[in-house]
Amino acid sequence: MSMLAKMTSATPAKPKGPAGPGRRIFIHTLLIGVALVMLYPLMWMISSSLKPDQDIFTDPSLWPQNFHPQNYAKGWTGSGNSFTLYLTNSLIVTIGAVIGNVLSCSLAAYAFARFEFRGRRIWFALMLGTMMLPMQATLIPQYTLFFNLNWINTFLPLIVPKFLATDAFFIFLMVQFIRSIPRELDQAAMMDGANPGQIYLKVILPLMKPALVTTTIFTFIWTYDDFFSQLVYLSDNEKFTVPLGLTLFLDKTAGSSFGPMFAMSALALLPTLICFLVFQKRLVEGMATSGMKG
Amino acid sequence: MSVTTETLHKAGEEPPAAAAPAGRERDRERERKRAARRRAGGWWPFLFLAPWFIGVFGLVIGPMLDSLYLSFTNFDLLTPAQWTGADNYTRMFTEDPNFWQSVRVTLVYVGVSVPLKLALALGVAMLLNRPLRGLGFYRAAFYLPSLLGGAVAVAIMWRQIFGEDGLFNAVLGWFGIEGQDWISSPDTSIYTLILLAVWQFGTPMVIFLAGLKQLPKDVYEAAAIDGAGPFTRFRRITLPLLTPIVFFNVILQIIGSFQTFTPAYVVSNGSGGPIGSTMLYSLYLYKKGFADFQMGYASALAWVLFLVIALFTAVNFIASRYWVHYDD
Repeated sequence: MSMLAKMTSATPAKPKGPAGPGRRIFIHTLLIGVALVMLYPLMWMISSSLKPDQDIFTDPSLWPQNFHPQNYAKGWTGSGNSFTLYLTNSLIVTIGAVIGNVLSCSLAAYAFARFEFRGRRIWFALMLGTMMLPMQATLIPQYTLFFNLNWINTFLPLIVPKFLATDAFFIFLMVQFIRSIPRELDQAAMMDGANPGQIYLKVILPLMKPALVTTTIFTFIWTYDDFFSQLVYLSDNEKFTVPLGLTLFLDKTAGSSFGPMFAMSALALLPTLICFLVFQKRLVEGMATSGMKG
Repeated sequence: MSVTTETLHKAGEEPPAAAAPAGRERDRERERKRAARRRAGGWWPFLFLAPWFIGVFGLVIGPMLDSLYLSFTNFDLLTPAQWTGADNYTRMFTEDPNFWQSVRVTLVYVGVSVPLKLALALGVAMLLNRPLRGLGFYRAAFYLPSLLGGAVAVAIMWRQIFGEDGLFNAVLGWFGIEGQDWISSPDTSIYTLILLAVWQFGTPMVIFLAGLKQLPKDVYEAAAIDGAGPFTRFRRITLPLLTPIVFFNVILQIIGSFQTFTPAYVVSNGSGGPIGSTMLYSLYLYKKGFADFQMGYASALAWVLFLVIALFTAVNFIASRYWVHYDD
């Protein structure tokens, strides 16, 4: 059918209005314009981070006339503690969260995808329901709980929940993925005498690597950028993460040193930008197929 | 044809019970039970789910019920909660002008940013839905701001861009327009946050693009033969076929924007100012709970937010019956 349709529709399907190349140039111009508007603020921030303070607001060009890389050195130590501390703290929190999510979510996903246990449908529905729940609804009792455990101002409230599979979004993503792995593989392993624990470790986990990588990248970026939980649970400067360290700049330098502030903001975005450049395709496709957040 | 194979299949699997000898029937029954048990896995699935069960009861359902209880109390974290009945809710609705201010600001924020963001996302996705050189670059460039999402660094940048001497006024200056301090003017501050949200249209765009790729090409070919122009094709084919994706995006964006916090906090230095013009609901809740330590009141605020989001989602689902078209 499609061959015939293509042949017959060839003439009328041709674009009306401007001819082929003109139309293409028009679309590209439009898209490049949008891309510029989208990226200009980021480029402006990076270029501002390389300008001396007095130039930032008088020289709107993207290429600094006077290079001032000292902003980075000044910013690194300029907000109370050294940025080294904030980065280390962020690293501890994000690595803990990644390990927690990968482990606990893959275990739960394997159970949901492969077993017919009692109440499976209800539990699964409950899991999907928790994805819709606003975090504020559980915030205060959770805070009280962690307060009573003496966990406030430690990294535990930011890491431990991830080991309890509270990011249901990733369970869902992994369930979808495991369902695409042929059951015959599990059955073959079972014939060889493997128990479900061994099947999880030796068959499922290695085969679901793409889903685990997606989980790792998104957990990393979202935890690293997450401001709200860190603001709520961390109060001591020594425990501050990168986003909290940045807000110190705002309080301190109201108007005085924009250069260092832009320098550290640019640096703070760097891990996310690197992740984006390396995993761009996977990130965009992960979004397209699962489409949560943001 | 499929009907016949199905009936054959069924017949082969389950011969009439009366015809089978009793002993063989029992064996078969036992075998079936054993297969079911193997699929059920005994205690294994519950072992795998143990972390999730602890999480969902200990950190989600338990706290939710607790938060409902706390919303009827006076609670400052350090002394035991005191039951005050519906006081928090009465206070909220009748005596707290700041509550209504935050509701107004949030409704403006959600009501303006979500439609704009989705319209832009769909428009750009339509432009990208064709064989195009540099498609990967465009897709990435438009998605990047979404990925940076709620980062503090982005909010700080935004604050400078719309400040008195910021980039935005510099650009206006090229066209001879006198700017102002958009952030510290109560009339415009919320629109800088809306603009930030619209700037992050990449996530719904990518989802739209994936949806557009699924649309059947032959329908368009048929429509083109019938002489339908691009506008008619969009209105009569693309939009109706895309409604499930539109619905999905609407739900996600509404839930997400009701909870926006970081940009409002950073842009206003945590104050929600000038004069409450950026006091998004989440920011107000945070202030009540963690600056004033009125945790009972904050719990009541949280429950109202939860109910409002649930209501919006439910209304969306009910309304979707009238405008969302599914194939089957």
